[in-house]
Amino acid sequence: MNKLCAAIFYIFSSLVVQHQLYAQETTDENLDSLINSYLLDEVIITGKKDLVNKQSKVLSSIDDYLESNNAINMMKRGAYAAEPLLNGMASERSVITIDGMRIYGACTDKMDPITSYVEITNLSKANIQSGQSGSCHGGTIAGSIDLVRQHSTCDNSGFKGMLFSGLESNNFQKIVGTKLSYSGSKFFSDIDFTFRDANNYKAGGKEKIPYSQFTKYNLSTTQGWKINLRHSLTASVIYDRATDVGYPALPMDVSLAEAVISSLAYSFTNISPHIFNWDTKVYYNHVKHIMDDSKRPDVPIRMDMPGQTNTAGLYSMLQGSKDKHTWKANISGHFNKSFADMTMYPNNPGEKEMYMLTWPGVHTYYTGIFGEDKIRWNDNWNTVASIGTAMHYDAVKNDFGLNSLQIFYPELKQGKSRWLKNAGISSTYIKGILIQNFGLAYAERAPSVSEGYGFYLFNSFDRYDYVGNPFLKNEKSIELNLATTLVFSKFNIKGQINYFRIYDYIIGVPQKNLIPMTIGAEGVKTYQQFKNAHLFNAQLVMSYDLLDYLQLSGNVVYRLGKIEKQDLPQIQPLTYNAKLKFEKNDYLAEIQIEGAAKQSQYGQNFGESPAQKYTILNATLAKQFNISMQHQLIVKTGVENILDKNYSTFSDWNKIPRMGRNFFLNLIWRF
Amino acid sequence: MKILKSISILMLIFIAMSCKKDDIKIEKPNELDGLKLVQSIQNDPFIIDLYTTSGKLEQGYNEIFFTVKDVEGNLIENVESTWSPLMHMMDKNHACPYSPISLVPNSKTLHKGYIVFQMAGNETEYWDLSFNLIVQESPYTVSGKINVLPTLKKRVTTFTGSDGKKYVLAMVQPNLPKEGLNEMTALLYKMENMMMFSPVSNYTINIDPRMPSMGNHSSPNNVNLTQKSSLFYEGKVAFSMTGYWKINLQVLNESSEVLKGEAVTDENESSSIYFEVEF
Repeated sequence: MNKLCAAIFYIFSSLVVQHQLYAQETTDENLDSLINSYLLDEVIITGKKDLVNKQSKVLSSIDDYLESNNAINMMKRGAYAAEPLLNGMASERSVITIDGMRIYGACTDKMDPITSYVEITNLSKANIQSGQSGSCHGGTIAGSIDLVRQHSTCDNSGFKGMLFSGLESNNFQKIVGTKLSYSGSKFFSDIDFTFRDANNYKAGGKEKIPYSQFTKYNLSTTQGWKINLRHSLTASVIYDRATDVGYPALPMDVSLAEAVISSLAYSFTNISPHIFNWDTKVYYNHVKHIMDDSKRPDVPIRMDMPGQTNTAGLYSMLQGSKDKHTWKANISGHFNKSFADMTMYPNNPGEKEMYMLTWPGVHTYYTGIFGEDKIRWNDNWNTVASIGTAMHYDAVKNDFGLNSLQIFYPELKQGKSRWLKNAGISSTYIKGILIQNFGLAYAERAPSVSEGYGFYLFNSFDRYDYVGNPFLKNEKSIELNLATTLVFSKFNIKGQINYFRIYDYIIGVPQKNLIPMTIGAEGVKTYQQFKNAHLFNAQLVMSYDLLDYLQLSGNVVYRLGKIEKQDLPQIQPLTYNAKLKFEKNDYLAEIQIEGAAKQSQYGQNFGESPAQKYTILNATLAKQFNISMQHQLIVKTGVENILDKNYSTFSDWNKIPRMGRNFFLNLIWRF
Repeated sequence: MKILKSISILMLIFIAMSCKKDDIKIEKPNELDGLKLVQSIQNDPFIIDLYTTSGKLEQGYNEIFFTVKDVEGNLIENVESTWSPLMHMMDKNHACPYSPISLVPNSKTLHKGYIVFQMAGNETEYWDLSFNLIVQESPYTVSGKINVLPTLKKRVTTFTGSDGKKYVLAMVQPNLPKEGLNEMTALLYKMENMMMFSPVSNYTINIDPRMPSMGNHSSPNNVNLTQKSSLFYEGKVAFSMTGYWKINLQVLNESSEVLKGEAVTDENESSSIYFEVEF
């Protein structure tokens, strides 16, 4: 009963206190997951202080972290940089940010999602907002993922550090890194560095997966100045560089993916009794991505496909409360330039190179406002209402690119403005063991750079060349969600469904009269809009405390996607996961079973074949050694895919098999 | 103050001078701007200077400009002229399609016309060009050997149609191809005999641009060539990237019967008649 009271206390406090707090303070896993499951539209994956303790594999990739969330699937094209699908929708429909900063991936084939430019070791948490509630930093249908990085505060705690290293048997991945921080009373400074290097991995049954190697460096630093009690400044830079990244599911690899992400933030706290916070940030980032086929022996034609994006932006957010209301208001804007081209080298050396623009110098200007109010009516009822609107303008700034798109659209003008709107309301009722939540929302998004202006982008999944359509209307969605949680002293269960009805759904449609450019492609698709599409997501999450130190938990997820009676591609079949966890003193042991049923509904008309059923088994063991007050050594070890099963899931591009049996060892030394 | 004054006076003078220069330019535009001298043909008492935009005569369609001078170099006005190109081959002579000559609008001395050379000259075979001039009611002939260079890319094709007649088809535009939609124009002549070629009307020229080095892909939204208001066949050709393009052709008569050329299919990579473009 105590636990329940605590839970409810936390739930209420979450309405008035900033989100970060409970993630830092909660130590009880059960309570944490309870709160997470309560918060329908916000799931916090990793806690700040106990990141190391909570995750069974601390130095796993960020992809694995995100995938452990039921709202997310990771579309894998290799061992590196998977694309997050949120609520069953690909990344065009979601907004992915790092500390609230908009960053545009520079790869026309989505080989560099934003999530690939941060490291797990500098991540504090991922805020996942489902649907319209994620519209704070941009128009979205699926929701938003904000990767929040750790930083120190000016708490005068002096020097702290961490050294870590990891090794994985399957692809001989080596991980080394360090994290140093200094905190004074007026100043703090954090720096961390991670290096990863992996060879090709082997799928189950020792099947070698060529071109699955990667090397990645990530350097991140944050400096903070406390001007006085209420004013502070924070400057931050991330430099991430990946080289020699193989994409076994694609016809090309990547020789360089590089991002420089910088920001300067000003924070003004306790402005008045009713306004706690005013946070303003200006940022700039540059992403460069170079695709490379020089290691592939058989290509019909050699080509270079570099891409780059530059984004500058700012946001300013006010947060406050008065009486029953806890509110936030955000104004944000960004400017992006996306440019990608393609040079093809004819086999006949006497011929000139062939050159075209695949992203024809597209400039995007976005300005939006978003407001949210959480109202606590009484002990049983509370409501969250939010509303936002934005202006979105994009233009093809390169004449060469404009000329090429005018082949398809002779009437195309240089620029186009859009007005985006969103609004949502959700209410929660809490009584006794029951937490009931329901919500309704409306959201719109603008087409992505590729959907609007992409030029002959080859998709190796359906083997079509895609040409953008600058005349697409905004995509709109009405979203309905419902969640019921029952909390008993040792057992809790949560069932959640959400349904998106999407209007003017954007998808590629084959154009029979067009001839593909890519050698071996099936045809050409242009982006068109279907009157409506339906997406249904359902999940059931349970946990049961067998003993004080032994917990059984499990979850089941199912999604369904339809477009005019056809099944949408890349939709998760029934997937399950069960975990038995032992945690006592400084020991932690876990055994986990995960699997999926055969994909019975799949996008047959979109070139998809069904994913087969699978079950895999994982186990981990961890121990923390407290060497002294200051020094701790954490050892985590485990085996993934113990039975060395050869399998692939619905979200593996071209059904590339996932990793076979893998032993790992993670060492963390804190000082 | 004095310095300021003198500076402003200097500036005024400078501005006045620059204005003056501009004025001169506007008054006397050089009608040869953008043209390069190819060669001069001299038969007393006249010299004819030939100009093209490239400074060369090439196999295929050539827009040719010329002026007539006397030996002192004075440009002659009121010249009536006709021309006739002739190919001297080892075993025979033949002419080629060409236009009548006209004065360039607003000029009294610059003439223009076009000639379609269906072949280039070489060491043993050469073209010559004769002009028949009427100056102040007296006839003169000026003629000389001209150097017609071969082109790397095919811009003209000669063929025998299924009607048994011989044709010359030459690409006029795009002269400077670019990525995107290009205006395309061509000329089609029927060979009446070795010396006479006449323009053909109301045929259709189907185009299918392909990139043989890139899986022989095509481009969308091309417009086949038809005659609009002149002799020229007009249409549009789309290049979705730079590089080498082969524009496969089919020539259809008034009743839409194919006289020459084959459709490009998976089995048939190229038509027997085509133009080439590389940029």
